[in-house]
Amino acid sequence: MKKRKLSAKMMFYILSLFIVIVWLIPFFITTFTSLKSMDEIMSSTSWWKPPQQLVWENFADSWEQGNMKTYFRNTFIITVPSVIGTLLVSSLGAFALSFYKFKMSKIILIIFVAGMLIPFQMLLIPVYKFSQQTGLYDTFQGVILFHIAFQLGFCTFFLRNFMIGIPKSIFESAKIDGANDFTLYRKIALPLSLPAMAALGILEFTWIWNDYLWGLILLQSDNLKPVTLGLVNLQGQWVTSWNIISAASLIAAIVPLVVFLIFQRYFIDGLTVGAVKG
Amino acid sequence: MLTKKRWWVPWAFLAIPLIMYLIWVIIPIGRTFVYSFSSWDGLSENIDFIGFDNFKMLFGDRIFTTALMNNIKWFIFFIIIPVPVGLGFAMLLDMKLPGSKLFKTLVYLPMTLSFVVIGTMWSWIYEPQYGALNSFLDAIGLDFLITPWLSDPQIVTFSLIFAAIWRQIPYMMVLFLAGLKNVSQDQVEAAYVDGANAWQRFWNIILPALRPSMIVAITVSIIDSLRAFDIVFVMTKGGPFHSSTVLANFMYIEAFNNYRMGYGSAIAVIQFAITFGFIILYLLNAMKNEE
Repeated sequence: MKKRKLSAKMMFYILSLFIVIVWLIPFFITTFTSLKSMDEIMSSTSWWKPPQQLVWENFADSWEQGNMKTYFRNTFIITVPSVIGTLLVSSLGAFALSFYKFKMSKIILIIFVAGMLIPFQMLLIPVYKFSQQTGLYDTFQGVILFHIAFQLGFCTFFLRNFMIGIPKSIFESAKIDGANDFTLYRKIALPLSLPAMAALGILEFTWIWNDYLWGLILLQSDNLKPVTLGLVNLQGQWVTSWNIISAASLIAAIVPLVVFLIFQRYFIDGLTVGAVKG
Repeated sequence: MLTKKRWWVPWAFLAIPLIMYLIWVIIPIGRTFVYSFSSWDGLSENIDFIGFDNFKMLFGDRIFTTALMNNIKWFIFFIIIPVPVGLGFAMLLDMKLPGSKLFKTLVYLPMTLSFVVIGTMWSWIYEPQYGALNSFLDAIGLDFLITPWLSDPQIVTFSLIFAAIWRQIPYMMVLFLAGLKNVSQDQVEAAYVDGANAWQRFWNIILPALRPSMIVAITVSIIDSLRAFDIVFVMTKGGPFHSSTVLANFMYIEAFNNYRMGYGSAIAVIQFAITFGFIILYLLNAMKNEE
């Protein structure tokens, strides 16, 4: 019996290992390709073989000539304020909807939740038109403001569900001590929600970093484009240079990958709590 | 806590989020409905309203039918592959074997990638001449399976779905791993002592306990399959000959490449109508949990 259990364990172990290796194959292919010369890629189709010579110039080429350095910087400029903005603005709304009892609160919550579920196509044309009319088109501010607004539905819902669990007695005692409403928000609700904000922040960071569609709709100048659009541009430019394209995809992927590896717990927690994402 | 005089306090907190949400989400939704009854090109000052003509035209549009059918394929394959496979992975990696934590992390990795990166990686895998898939088939003697994965109209949609599933399976796995935490180990042990085999334990104890996760997983899959855009746009732009197009892609091309904003809005409204039922179900469910 014990022996059988051990061999079953062995089998599960081998199965898991097999799955992991299969799952990582696309990463191996991309990494190997990014370090090969085009000659090597064309002469031998054995993609499973590591590069004969490490061609680091592929990364340099996509960074400099492929302009990934500009796209990479743009994504940072867009993502960081968007995430901070979304967290701040949605925490205000979440506080109002969790702490106060008033007639409209449920309806407003429904509006936020419904908005996060609606297909994004419903927004494309009017948002594009609105940015053009207000001069926000083709500016960083335009994309940032949109990301903040668009993510509000999900973030408000997420934070409100967390804040509603904060015991009311904590607020009561602070109130007796003479704290005003904004102090309750800033000194109690906000610090106590930090774990939820962290999970949400990591998720939002990855989502906004990885956005393609809204950059496509709201930006036009090449020097403002984020890394996702840059990667597509680069493919148009270097059509069959798969080594340079692969290097560029790794550049586009590296930040969310590292962020995930460091903050995995928050990322997974956030994903489970807010299963239906915006 | 709120006296009559202080009714405005929550509204002061809600002012910024509500105004932003109105400007960029709520009002645009309404405007798309209005545009869907027009022949607007997106440029001219005045908008001509044409009643239901856009919708009538859509149902005679072959590309629309193709897009709709492709969305249905996405939808079916997003349910029948990632849900059971994700559950299988979750069950396997939930066993506390040495290294299973690292295994989980590694399987999660595709979830962190953008669809643009995924699309780029898989375009290279599918590349007909030097790509990994065809080279591999050739190397193991299955060369009769070699095919241009992204330019054969019969296959292309499945190639795209497969690339997307690489990312979807880990996502389902996360949802099921969370659900497995709520499965009572005592009950599983008791069934084991009573002589239930692995399949019986799974079918009679674990699966019923996973019901809530299953509902979430299926809802998420439905919504995600209707949102497919980036990966199609990056890998094929909907081609060849519109064979891999989906509603989101068709809508974008009509509105932004062909300047048919009215027609594009009508496509968006149809997508809204398709999702509407699921949105209502989700809201009812969420509100029920509130009570």
